[in-house]
Amino acid sequence: MASALIHMPSTAKPGEIIEVRALIAHTMETGFRPGPDGKPLPRDIIRKFECRYNGKTVISAELHPAMSANPYIAFYIKVTTSGPLEFTWTGDHGFAQTEQKQLLVQP
Amino acid sequence: MKTQFAFLLALIITHAASADSVRPYGSDTGLPVSERKSGTEYMSPATQQMQRDDTQNPAMLWVANGEVLWRTAPLEGNGKSCVTCHTDAKTSMRGAATKFPRFSKSAGKVITLSDQINQCRTGALQAAALKAESADLLALEAYIALQSRGLPLTPPGDEQTKQAAERGQKLFTTRIGQLNLSCAQCHDNNAGKRLAGAPIPQGHANAYPIYRLEWQGVGSLQRRLRNCMSGVRAEVPPYGAPDLVDLEAYLALRAQGMPLETPGVRP
Amino acid sequence: MTTRRQLIAALPLLALVRPAAATPEEQKAAIATYTNNAKIQRGKITIDIAQLIDNGNAVPITIRVDSPMTEQSHVTDIAIFNEKNPLPDVVRFKLTPLAGKPEISTRIRLATSQTLTALARTSDGQWWQQTVDVIVALAACVEGEAI
Repeated sequence: MASALIHMPSTAKPGEIIEVRALIAHTMETGFRPGPDGKPLPRDIIRKFECRYNGKTVISAELHPAMSANPYIAFYIKVTTSGPLEFTWTGDHGFAQTEQKQLLVQP
Repeated sequence: MKTQFAFLLALIITHAASADSVRPYGSDTGLPVSERKSGTEYMSPATQQMQRDDTQNPAMLWVANGEVLWRTAPLEGNGKSCVTCHTDAKTSMRGAATKFPRFSKSAGKVITLSDQINQCRTGALQAAALKAESADLLALEAYIALQSRGLPLTPPGDEQTKQAAERGQKLFTTRIGQLNLSCAQCHDNNAGKRLAGAPIPQGHANAYPIYRLEWQGVGSLQRRLRNCMSGVRAEVPPYGAPDLVDLEAYLALRAQGMPLETPGVRP
Repeated sequence: MTTRRQLIAALPLLALVRPAAATPEEQKAAIATYTNNAKIQRGKITIDIAQLIDNGNAVPITIRVDSPMTEQSHVTDIAIFNEKNPLPDVVRFKLTPLAGKPEISTRIRLATSQTLTALARTSDGQWWQQTVDVIVALAACVEGEAI
């Protein structure tokens, strides 16, 4: 399983806007890079990323080979109520990984 | 295209560089610590920020893995993990990475930090050594070295390490490869100038293992040295070769006093 | 382990396999398909990116859109396109009002110096775009050895 790091505050106030930084280990092989025999290595990338907050989608992304290796995505969430944040990455060759974080919302 | 490029580089370097005189930064007559510049200073602000901000530094993925490996007993071992002897790495490993390469009595030779990790694995943990440049070994090295971040490089003064550094200095100032260049010609004599648009750094070993943007991953100092040797079209020694350890020993001396930046980010 | 001779022999082969770059026309076509041939206005978007880039493998970029991000008025899509990589697409984001700020940051690959185009769609159905020119420095030495 690839390592992933999510940076975000663990607590926030209702209505606050918090920043989330998601980083995951993945070579993001473009499909254009030549291997040792000179032939291009087959494409192997993460294709989709999604963040759900209390089950509702905040943001989703469709990644293409031009996204850097070890993809880094930073975005913002408008805080409502306490609950889980679910981060999902899916990609070529059945790649799938989910990370969860809990957000505690206190006034 | 790449062949023509390489020849152009050779022309620029051999005509721009002076004779084979070098100014060693690490020797007694070398530049003081204050005049030594980390590779960080030659990078763009964006790359500097990538290194400075732990939430953006891609090498932190390796560090996170290293932290897991530190406390996980290898399956084929005797059930011990690094934690068994060293407990909390934050305290036990503080300063450790600044003292390599060093002479190891049990190994009978000068070893690097990754050699030491494998010595522990095969000895105390009764597990298989990790392959050179493998993700797990780099992860452990990055995690351990991170515990010394900010501390000055303090290579040990034992006789064997000193001799290794002397051999390393000789290698550093010897021309090699089809391009017939020595490390010193770029990194001592032409640091600060540009090579095909990219600034030439002083080439200090103060941030390893690094996340190199060109590699799109984390790699060791030996990988970087092998890259340079390949770049001047020289024969490349295998990982762990005595020449590479000697160069590491010299580079540690050359960078002594500089704060460790691991895990560095470099272009 | 590749020997020096094998490496030198492989170099011309590597040059032949270099992928064709996309063209500005392909980028235009990709954008037209993405926006469903909508009229695109210039504005509302700020692209934050270094003008001179150390290495094209990991280029930090931030896209900001001028929007209150309310239920009534928010950004629904942000995308990045390029004109000289092998493919014109880079990334396509979909946002909901739960995305507190209309801003995303990421790291992208740029094969060479070129013009980047950022697109955004607001909830009223309008499309916006902004472009930026970037210069990409390459790594100076030919490495050869993969690892």
